[in-house]
Amino acid sequence: MAAATAPPSTTEAPPKSELKQRRPRPSGWWLPYALLAPAIVFEVVIHIIPMVTGIWMSFLKLTKAFISNWGNAPVIGTKNYEVALDFNGAVGSALLQSFLVTCAFTLLVVGISWALGMAAAVALQGKFRGQGFFRTLFLVPYALPMYAGIIAWKFMLQKDTGAVNHFLYDNLHLGGDKPFWLIGDNSFVSIVVVAIWRLWPFAFLMLMAGLQSIPTDVYEASAVDGAKPFRQWRSITLPMVRPVNMVLLLVMFLWTFNDFNTPFVLFGNAQPPAGDLISFHIYNASFLTWNFGSGAAMSVMLLLFLLLVSGIYLLVLNRRSQRA
Amino acid sequence: MRETSGIKVFRVIVIALLTIFTVVPVYVMITSALKPLSDVQGAFTWWPTSVTIAPFIDMWQTVPLASYFGNSVIVAGAATILSLIIAVFAAYAISRYRFLGRNIFSTAVLSTQMFPGVLFLLPLFLIFVNINSSVGIQLVGTRAGLVITYLTFSLPFSIWMLAGYLDGIPRDLDEAAKVDGCGPMGALWRVVLPAARPGLVAVAIYSFMTSWGEVLFASVMTTDANRTLAVGLQLYSTQTNVYWNQIMAASLVVSVPVVVGFLLLQRNFVAGLTAGAVK
Amino acid sequence: MKFRTLAATAAIAALALTTAACGGNNNSSSPSSAGSSDSSGSGGTLTYWASNQGTSLDNDKQVLTPQLEKFTQQTGIKVNLEVIGWNDLQTRIQTAVTSGQAPDVVNIGNTWAASLQSTGAFMPFDDAAFKAIGGKDKFVKTAMDTGGVAGQDPTSVPVYGLAYGLYYNKAMFSAAGLTPPNNWEDLVTDAQKLTTGGKYGFALAAGSYTENAHFAFINAAQNGADLFDKDGKPTFSSDGVVNGIQRFLDLMQKDKVVNVANAQYDNGTKAVNDFATGKVAMILNQNNADNSIVANGMTSDKYGVVPFPAPSDAKSQVASHVAGINLSIFKNTKNKDAALKFVNFMTSAETQTALDKPFSALPVLNGATPNFTDNAAEAKTFADIYSTKSKPLPLVPAEDQFESTVGKAMNQMFAKIASGGTVSTDDIRTAMKTAEQQVAAAG
Repeated sequence: MAAATAPPSTTEAPPKSELKQRRPRPSGWWLPYALLAPAIVFEVVIHIIPMVTGIWMSFLKLTKAFISNWGNAPVIGTKNYEVALDFNGAVGSALLQSFLVTCAFTLLVVGISWALGMAAAVALQGKFRGQGFFRTLFLVPYALPMYAGIIAWKFMLQKDTGAVNHFLYDNLHLGGDKPFWLIGDNSFVSIVVVAIWRLWPFAFLMLMAGLQSIPTDVYEASAVDGAKPFRQWRSITLPMVRPVNMVLLLVMFLWTFNDFNTPFVLFGNAQPPAGDLISFHIYNASFLTWNFGSGAAMSVMLLLFLLLVSGIYLLVLNRRSQRA
Repeated sequence: MRETSGIKVFRVIVIALLTIFTVVPVYVMITSALKPLSDVQGAFTWWPTSVTIAPFIDMWQTVPLASYFGNSVIVAGAATILSLIIAVFAAYAISRYRFLGRNIFSTAVLSTQMFPGVLFLLPLFLIFVNINSSVGIQLVGTRAGLVITYLTFSLPFSIWMLAGYLDGIPRDLDEAAKVDGCGPMGALWRVVLPAARPGLVAVAIYSFMTSWGEVLFASVMTTDANRTLAVGLQLYSTQTNVYWNQIMAASLVVSVPVVVGFLLLQRNFVAGLTAGAVK
Repeated sequence: MKFRTLAATAAIAALALTTAACGGNNNSSSPSSAGSSDSSGSGGTLTYWASNQGTSLDNDKQVLTPQLEKFTQQTGIKVNLEVIGWNDLQTRIQTAVTSGQAPDVVNIGNTWAASLQSTGAFMPFDDAAFKAIGGKDKFVKTAMDTGGVAGQDPTSVPVYGLAYGLYYNKAMFSAAGLTPPNNWEDLVTDAQKLTTGGKYGFALAAGSYTENAHFAFINAAQNGADLFDKDGKPTFSSDGVVNGIQRFLDLMQKDKVVNVANAQYDNGTKAVNDFATGKVAMILNQNNADNSIVANGMTSDKYGVVPFPAPSDAKSQVASHVAGINLSIFKNTKNKDAALKFVNFMTSAETQTALDKPFSALPVLNGATPNFTDNAAEAKTFADIYSTKSKPLPLVPAEDQFESTVGKAMNQMFAKIASGGTVSTDDIRTAMKTAEQQVAAAG
């Protein structure tokens, strides 16, 4: 690891800032920086430099004519952004549609996953036979490698050979033709269900741990006061898991909004507009058209949007908790 | 807590519905892996007409699954070890020291969770190319390149999770160790790390699972030489037939190590995760 | 210890990066000058990316390996072979172009030739290069025309020839008292008669954007319409193109001779399997379908092939685009001479004869006879389609954009039809206008 700590230019120049304070340095002041150095080096390499490169690319005409010699791609200013934001044009309107689909997808997936996770966590509260078994069972979708679970769903959602249509039309005898689940508008339903299946165990895991930290005597006290279970949940459980919720919802939002794997594995080359999540859309927009400058511009805008939403979320939450 | 009958009914309903939702895809995966090809190509049946283990044998031939398996193990393993070591030092610094830039660093680490992977895809690729042409280390199409890439996902979350966990370990422990003559590193090694084992396990599980399941970068950055399971599994459907039974068999086989590992260590995972989150 | 090497590598890499980033101006990074095909090493080793021509990646490897060994024996040059599936090939070529970490020789779909040429990453075959591979004239002219933009040195040369044909199941046709169709109208009525009892007259890879784009082109060509005007601007929304697409979509929408399930067929082999197992009476496929048909148990005497028929009032009898696979050499190869020797070897009469059969390919050399099938009539039909009824896809840099935008739009239209919606002529025109804009934006 000695080599990794070597480059001083990448650390946050600690000597200088320390000097400013004109205080005698406590011995070992450098230790936290040395400890952080590998992480900082890697953060710079894997996050900061690529991000800066990505932003720089978004101002270039980085099309197929320049891709083999991208050092010479001409700077075109904000042209890529203008095209992507021109919602009357083909590119912009497709991006807008994908953005809206992603918003709806995220709301549904995060909301329902949270609800399911909460329901399961509450249901598994207290002691009963088989509790450990079900807790383990519910974690299986999360433990499965992402693509393996999605591939199983892809098989189940096949029109003629899939389990879903077999169940609905052969077992339950719904009338009519078996629908497609992976093309057309139904693909939205499919991708929401698959994403929930994969995500809700994570909400369950976090909320369950949050519930465990609530001392049982709080419930007992309120039960003595005659509170019904639902009121207990609202007046005790919800406030107590609030710290967990704060982080959980934000992380689930970010993961879901950036979800690439689900549409990529589920739809492959088909890309139905109803399942065209934004990361998937950007990937296709840059790889199919070889227009990497435009793809970079779209990614940067996506990042800005996520920063904005997360920033507002944290601000509002912090203000509220300060008032409380 | 007093158990009313309402709670019991609620519990039964919730558990029943969620069990079905959870189990059906897994059930389909297992039964389909035991079906002959003709079964998975025709109308779906809940029960195989005849049980065969042929898919589990054929799947190794249809695509070079074993070599993908090896690649995945090496890549995910290396990414896990690397991210664990880096995260330990960084988390220890954040948790135990107050220093200039501490807040900036921890905020920056957390905010990288927002970065869409697709934003990194091409830049990282171009940077790898740059490295290759300036210092001659090949990263595109190699396992080392993938390992570095996977750190983009696992490192920030690992640092954040571990820092939260270390916060929960009383500082008295370190102090006691220092009194006993340990330096800060000695305290970290002898006292803090053993106490932080659940947190370490959680971080390791998280890193391993993200690397094992990553698709986006693997699909662009891999060649025959370093192709991982995430991409390899999709090759079953580009052949003249879609071998759904083999796909399901292969999915099962690649899932077993992670699922078993995760379920065995889930308590650690929960402990590590929530310590970070509740902080 | 593995980890330590890795960490050190990463650290060094990080160092190099920070200096590179501060050094500014990024021109240092121009990869074509860096030209590092490390994978190929030095001194007599070539890296060759082959496209998937046989029944599986593995099958391709088995077919190619003896030939490559022969090449090594003759020249002392070793060849590292990687067979790449069609789903990956374009991305892989793209990353190779971007990174300069490329193989020496690569197979490309010939329709991409002009698009790839415009990247400037491939070696133009000038006179000297052609001399090294036995001269331009050894190739069939139609095939050679696909090598790149007209008027420039081509960046690829043909290696396997392919053409679309209409495959029909002989037993099903004779049982219904039908003869193979000569025009589009007959094709539709025949298909309707054959669509009975759970069987369908026709199967299409309606979820494959490349297949759909090819048929948009062929049907438009039959209407006498072009996809790009003289200035290279897309004309997808012209009447000829829109009507051609409508005709093709109507096989599923109006004529109902195609199972709606085909909207999910994202590659040609699924339709071929349906045909080989007797579920459908007709398919449109390139001649390399033979492999899959036989692999699924249908022998070559059980089916016949006729040209894809045009409507009776068609302006042109085009039945296929000039399909096939070309060989390109990456410009930054360090083994140019070896690469040329290899191209020469792959396009030699002997190797062609050896490979055409297992890969079901048409010869791209003048004077060679098709040997890909033991069915003489089929061989003759395909040779005839290839040399007289094929038109190359537009040789413009935006050709790949045409395939992805129009092809994907058609995927969506088939999906809409399959899930019970209707697609009107206006819908098609709107979709084509969007596709035109997308192509313009990608420029």
